[in-house]
Amino acid sequence: MKFSELWLRQYVNPLLDTASLAHALTMAGLEVEAIEPVAGDFSGVVVGHVRTVMPHPDADRLRVCQVDVGAETWLQIVCGAANVCVDARVPCAVVGARLPGMEIKSAKLRGVASLGMLCSGTELGIAGVSDGLLILPADAPVGLSVREYLRLNDQSLTLKLTPNRSDCLSVQGIAREVAAITGAQLHTIPTAPVSVSGAPGFDMGDVEAVACPRYRVQRLDGLNPFATTPEWMRERLARSGIRSLGAIVDVTNYVLLEMGQPLHAFDADKIHGAIRVRWAQTQESIVLLNGQEVRLDADMLVIADETGAQAIAGIMGGAASAVSESTTSVLLESAYFDPDAVAGRARRLGLATDAAFRFERGVDFGATQQAADRAAELLLSICGGVAHPAIEVLHELPARTPIHLRVARVARILGVALDGADIQDYLQRLGCALKETETGFQVSVPSYRFDLAIEVDLIEELARLYGYDRIIPKVPHADLSMTADSEQLRSVEGLREILVARDYQEVITYSFVDQTWETELAPQNQAIALKNPIASQMSVMRSTLFGGVLDVLDSNLNRGQSRVRVMEVGRCYQATGDGVVENLRVGGLCYGSVAPEQWGLTARNVDFFDVKADLEALCWPEPLQVLAAQHPALHPGQSGQLVLNNQVIGWLGALHPELVRRRQWGSAPIVFEMNVEPLLLRQLPRYCAMSRFQAVRRDLAVIVGQAVSAQTILDHLRAANVPYVTEIALFDSYRGKHIDYDKKSLAFSVHMQDNHKTLTDGEVDAAVVQLTDLMQRQFGAQLRS
Amino acid sequence: MHTLDSIIVSAETDFLAANQVADLEQVKARYLGKAGLLTEQMKLLGRLPAEQRPAAGSLINQAKERITAALEARRTAIHHAELTQQLAAEAFDVSLPGRGMGKGGLHPVTQTLARIEALFRSLGFEVAEGPEIETDFYNFTALNIPANHPARAMHDTFYLDEKHVLRTHTSPVQIHYLQSHEPPLRIIAPGRVYRCDSDVTHTPMFHQVEGLWVDETVNFASLKGVLADFMQRFFERDDLKVRFRPSFFPFTEPSAEMDIACVMCEGKGCRVCSHTGWLEVLGCGMVHPNVLSSVHVDSERYLAFAFGMGVERLAMLRYGVDDLRAFFTNDLRFLRQFN
Repeated sequence: MKFSELWLRQYVNPLLDTASLAHALTMAGLEVEAIEPVAGDFSGVVVGHVRTVMPHPDADRLRVCQVDVGAETWLQIVCGAANVCVDARVPCAVVGARLPGMEIKSAKLRGVASLGMLCSGTELGIAGVSDGLLILPADAPVGLSVREYLRLNDQSLTLKLTPNRSDCLSVQGIAREVAAITGAQLHTIPTAPVSVSGAPGFDMGDVEAVACPRYRVQRLDGLNPFATTPEWMRERLARSGIRSLGAIVDVTNYVLLEMGQPLHAFDADKIHGAIRVRWAQTQESIVLLNGQEVRLDADMLVIADETGAQAIAGIMGGAASAVSESTTSVLLESAYFDPDAVAGRARRLGLATDAAFRFERGVDFGATQQAADRAAELLLSICGGVAHPAIEVLHELPARTPIHLRVARVARILGVALDGADIQDYLQRLGCALKETETGFQVSVPSYRFDLAIEVDLIEELARLYGYDRIIPKVPHADLSMTADSEQLRSVEGLREILVARDYQEVITYSFVDQTWETELAPQNQAIALKNPIASQMSVMRSTLFGGVLDVLDSNLNRGQSRVRVMEVGRCYQATGDGVVENLRVGGLCYGSVAPEQWGLTARNVDFFDVKADLEALCWPEPLQVLAAQHPALHPGQSGQLVLNNQVIGWLGALHPELVRRRQWGSAPIVFEMNVEPLLLRQLPRYCAMSRFQAVRRDLAVIVGQAVSAQTILDHLRAANVPYVTEIALFDSYRGKHIDYDKKSLAFSVHMQDNHKTLTDGEVDAAVVQLTDLMQRQFGAQLRS
Repeated sequence: MHTLDSIIVSAETDFLAANQVADLEQVKARYLGKAGLLTEQMKLLGRLPAEQRPAAGSLINQAKERITAALEARRTAIHHAELTQQLAAEAFDVSLPGRGMGKGGLHPVTQTLARIEALFRSLGFEVAEGPEIETDFYNFTALNIPANHPARAMHDTFYLDEKHVLRTHTSPVQIHYLQSHEPPLRIIAPGRVYRCDSDVTHTPMFHQVEGLWVDETVNFASLKGVLADFMQRFFERDDLKVRFRPSFFPFTEPSAEMDIACVMCEGKGCRVCSHTGWLEVLGCGMVHPNVLSSVHVDSERYLAFAFGMGVERLAMLRYGVDDLRAFFTNDLRFLRQFN
């Protein structure tokens, strides 16, 4: 809401300068977003009357003028403006005047003396005026300060209003609020019905009762189509950011700004038959004032005549019945449309109008007639003409049920005790009527306050007027109890720290990703699409973290990085049969050298097993297993499913060479992702006694087929539960010289111990035989000599 | 006894000439060995008259002790010299950097979230979570924002279908939590939120922390107390000025915006605070009775306050970041500054 400060001060004029007034409004919840002077900072500019204009002897484009500024002698001023002419009244900066960025001195221009400067609006910092000299009205008093004459000691204030304060969407409404905040006297605009004659001059049909409880139309005839909007009105509109569009529209806009009541003027000659206020019919459409043709929905209220919809109620008028430069008769509508009958429709149609903005939030149904009277009076005074008797259809207006306010409740909610007298004073300043009760007050709120419905609404008003800043902060008291953090749960922060300690940089990428990228990386997933994505590369919810970290790799390689190790902890989203699953995952990638470039380490690229070690550390002490498996985005021979406690929790692998080639990366990044939840579980440690007897280690080297997975053998060996064996580990894997091309050598260490005795050679040998037999039987393993 | 003295002098000279332990042992044999010079002298004792033997023997023993001492001294010296040489040979440039893998770092938003969580945990707040894909009911209706409410237009919502949205704020977590927990309670709910808006000062995704305290005795004054305390601790400035302005959120009443004195210019006015000296950092208020009753909390018995803050905004102010978008560009040169 933008308005002129001078306009506001006509209704309420507290003893506060602009900055203090703005501060008071801001601290009362009407945030002042901008304060813009309506003109530049200038002085010494007066109304000048151009008496003679002569060509300059030495310059084609310059003219030599004699200007009357009310002094004894005329001033000779050289002027370059094309629109300077004899008899014009223009702003004249006399010697000594200060303009934005310059000071006026007596000068010689191409040899001719010049004692001042004739000014354009731009030179005076007046917004929204055309180039060339600012031509003032012919009756502008010569010699008068232009600041004073054009009322330029004014500011446009812009309020950032919250949606609950529709009552402040007018200068009068803001004045009411300022009076309540500051206690200054409020001067309201007296309105009276214009005198009318004859019959109404139109027919009124049915009006929807709930959607439009109040509908009033008045016919005005004999308007002068050539009448122009008075300067003072244009100026106030301009300072409120509204362009002048002809007298009739200007008057409706002016009353909208002044009183907050949207009005609409139909060209009376273009309305046929009775006016009705009804819901739109199926397939009904309308061409609007702005030329746009829209198809109406059944929940849109229209003003119609016998030919069809002429306006969307409370949103915008139609082109067919719009006023034009030849309009002489209007039907002036002033109505109260229920917020529920308007809300959301404008947005659905892609429209944003001042009327819809107000009706959606609530327009004062108590001032429907006053606004109409004010507009009629202004129209008749500007355009001449006569008024007919209005027709008003009145249904049931919204009830303003009195609210019971308990004095004790005020103190309980605010933490500050206000006494009855203060409460009464504050609420009365807001226009409420109070009746005392045993515990507080029965409060009736004014028709323009749509936001006051329950007790706590009034308490907020009391806090506002008392001043939020005067409520002394207190540290609250509470019953103390410790938070219940389980020792059997690890924290997500802890997981992050493990990866950070292993040289991963955390990133945060958008939850929505490119559709094609998502399809390439996770074709098996059912991605969730946004209905209104902000860009095509952010159109579906990610079902994997791969896309985000690969994008991070790409952008950082483009910025000249050669080694990238990143991880992200974030949710992935998938549609399921009956809804959506959100899964917290940790994912990441490694690319480039295994370690930062340094002395003393041979440089090599990071590989699958480097990253696997990181993931094992993440799962430690639970053993992480990787089962060879194929994933559409990963190298089929260098990828696997991550398994923890017999549960598949994610993927690890080198990115598929085809994807690497397409992105033109030098080598394949190793990528991983896993569900976070299984990683958080931790067994509570349980002590068991250490054996006092000697431990024995035996190493078993075997040759097996290349396709046999080491993990499978280990699993079988462990599952055999051979007596005395406490631990079996793989310590070597070898392919090459001395081994057949389709075989490999694996070496296991077997640790044995007993809690009650030292093991005999016989017991140890028996265990070894059992294990080697098992490997031979199950995997065709041959013991290496 | 010139002979003994000259033997001692000769032995000392020979020992000094030996530079390695092996040489020294050879020289030792020449004097103390079975055929050594001192042994020879001992053998000669027998030829002396009996009464001279003790004195002569004593002199020989003294000479032996001196030679042994000289030998020991030389041994120590040689060992010391060898050790010195070894140490010199083994010395390296300790200023060379340590070897092995580097160290990563946490994203600044994660760090800021951790700090916010730690501060509120110290007051006994629990951390709660909720879905990011929300139903219209949780994101709006249960928070007293009915269909067509103008406040919905303020939210620039991403829609998935007729019923589902990406949550526009973390406030729905209040509803989820109150549906499954009995007051009194206090929680914060950190997480990602989404708005269909992207320019210099808006990203379509950002982070919020929601806070909720439900108890019989909380009120607007305690809301102010907790939040002022939080901001002062967060910025580590005990004298940080704060102010509360009336505002509007459908789910709180009274509602307030919290400003802090600009931490960039100390309230003098700068580009960051749009020359007002104040920074808007947080929205808050007493939870609206309609919200409490939608989750069956007795609003006569219990009062509640709630607040919501933008994490990126706090991170920007805390670390002096001037471009919001940098948080999601994931430029390693940017991220490493926070390690």
